[in-house]
Amino acid sequence: MTDIIRTENLTFAYPADEGQQPHTALDGVDLTIERGSFVAVLGHNGSGKSTLAKHMNAVLLPGGGKVYVDGMDTSNEDLLLEVRSRVGMVFQNPDNQIVANVVEEDVAFGPENLGVPTAEIRQRVDSALKAVGMEAFMLHAPHHLSGGQKQRVAIAGVIAMEPQCIVLDESTAMLDPLGRREVLDTVRRLNREKGITIVLITHHMDEAAMAGRVVVMDNGKVVMDGPPREILVRMEELRAIGLDVPHTVELLHGLREDGFDVPLDAMSIQECAAAICEAL
Amino acid sequence: MLKDITLGQFFPGNTLAHKLDPRTKIILVVLYIVALFCARFFVSYGLVALLLVMSVKVSGVHPKALVKGLKPILFIICFTAVLNLLYTPGEALVSFWVFTITREGILQAFFMVLRLTMLIMGTFLLTYTTSPIALTDGLETLLNPLKKLHVPVHELAMIMSIALRFIPTLIEETDKIMSAQKARGADFESGNLFQRAKALVPILVPLFISAFRRADELAVAMECRCYHGGGGRTKLHVLRYAARDYFVLTGFAAVLGGVLVLAHFGL
Repeated sequence: MTDIIRTENLTFAYPADEGQQPHTALDGVDLTIERGSFVAVLGHNGSGKSTLAKHMNAVLLPGGGKVYVDGMDTSNEDLLLEVRSRVGMVFQNPDNQIVANVVEEDVAFGPENLGVPTAEIRQRVDSALKAVGMEAFMLHAPHHLSGGQKQRVAIAGVIAMEPQCIVLDESTAMLDPLGRREVLDTVRRLNREKGITIVLITHHMDEAAMAGRVVVMDNGKVVMDGPPREILVRMEELRAIGLDVPHTVELLHGLREDGFDVPLDAMSIQECAAAICEAL
Repeated sequence: MLKDITLGQFFPGNTLAHKLDPRTKIILVVLYIVALFCARFFVSYGLVALLLVMSVKVSGVHPKALVKGLKPILFIICFTAVLNLLYTPGEALVSFWVFTITREGILQAFFMVLRLTMLIMGTFLLTYTTSPIALTDGLETLLNPLKKLHVPVHELAMIMSIALRFIPTLIEETDKIMSAQKARGADFESGNLFQRAKALVPILVPLFISAFRRADELAVAMECRCYHGGGGRTKLHVLRYAARDYFVLTGFAAVLGGVLVLAHFGL
């Protein structure tokens, strides 16, 4: 099976306050996420991207349609722990997802819950902390770490459960540029070296640009889906649903309007610079 | 500055007192308190005091730190001393107005002060040499048999460790909210007690709201990491008694025995 997560006509509505219409957050989402891929889900606030993320490890259960994780139906309660141990979640606020007083204890929390034997927990904690480059902080207190470091500890806590997929639900939104860099480099390495599937929920265009595939959501629907080079250059369409394009694309668009012959998909700064040089 | 406050100060170290299993230390403190309350007279008190002095020496904790711990209960100590001094019947030594100070009163007051002081010092020694996590862990394991009586031991230990984990976070947040309110012209330093208490409301309301939000998010994050209560959980650090634990436990038990014998003979 090549799909790790599959949704079929997924709908979900948040219960309404009295006298109001229930708010539809997801409206018929069909999405397949391939094993080992790096997918960015883009959308402005309220587009349903976080709601979608929460369906990927059964924090929310479908209002209609189905979600399959590794072939398992998430609405089957007997499979709940199985599903959650396969798809790990990293949330926005690093402070609100660290459980323990010491870094290593926090990383051990997931495996402890799964009933992994003590000797193996030790191994998993050590290798998870190494994988995020935090092994030197093993015995530190989490509140003395920076935001990026805390988020890496949270990722280590997920890796220690040996998941096949990690969903990052706006995990970089509260971080400074340096912290964002740290986290993104970490997840890219995990994707490349360990083959862990990454689903990156974000509204930063430059983060989406580094993914292998971009899914754009608006009003609870998937409106665009494809490689970043095809999606992120559609400036008008993206702007229409409240999203921006990467600065490089914007620059190239401007140059093109002024009659320069430049390609639109030179997304990275280096590529963009090279393309402009060539046009001159 | 506010950031470094913790509940029960812990001085990290590498002495025998630090290395003992937390369960051993909790049992030791219980034995010590029992011995303290069974002591009758100079000899038995002396024995318990010797035990305390030795424990302090071994732990490497500065005696000053222990004395500092007495400050908050100074009033209670003085109060008990005065009451015992004035209201113990017996052979009168001095008498003025309605009060009589007796020989027994002086002794009683002295022993009472000694008992309270040593009680506090002993328990402080426990928190000085044991990290809060180890303490929670030790308590959880020690109280495990109560699970059969449907006491939610694991849940209580989890609550305690999460509380410890969030103290620094919430203190930091309080700091931030205070600065934010001060920037809007709030005044926390002037006015009488009532006005100052009222000035705290704009701090407490946002603090509580954010604490509830944090709790909610933490619960979801814990669920995502497959937390489903205490059943079927394993541990990264499993507590194990070592030879030194048995050795020290035997020593303390012997002292308790000695105190009981001495007290029996009124010494």
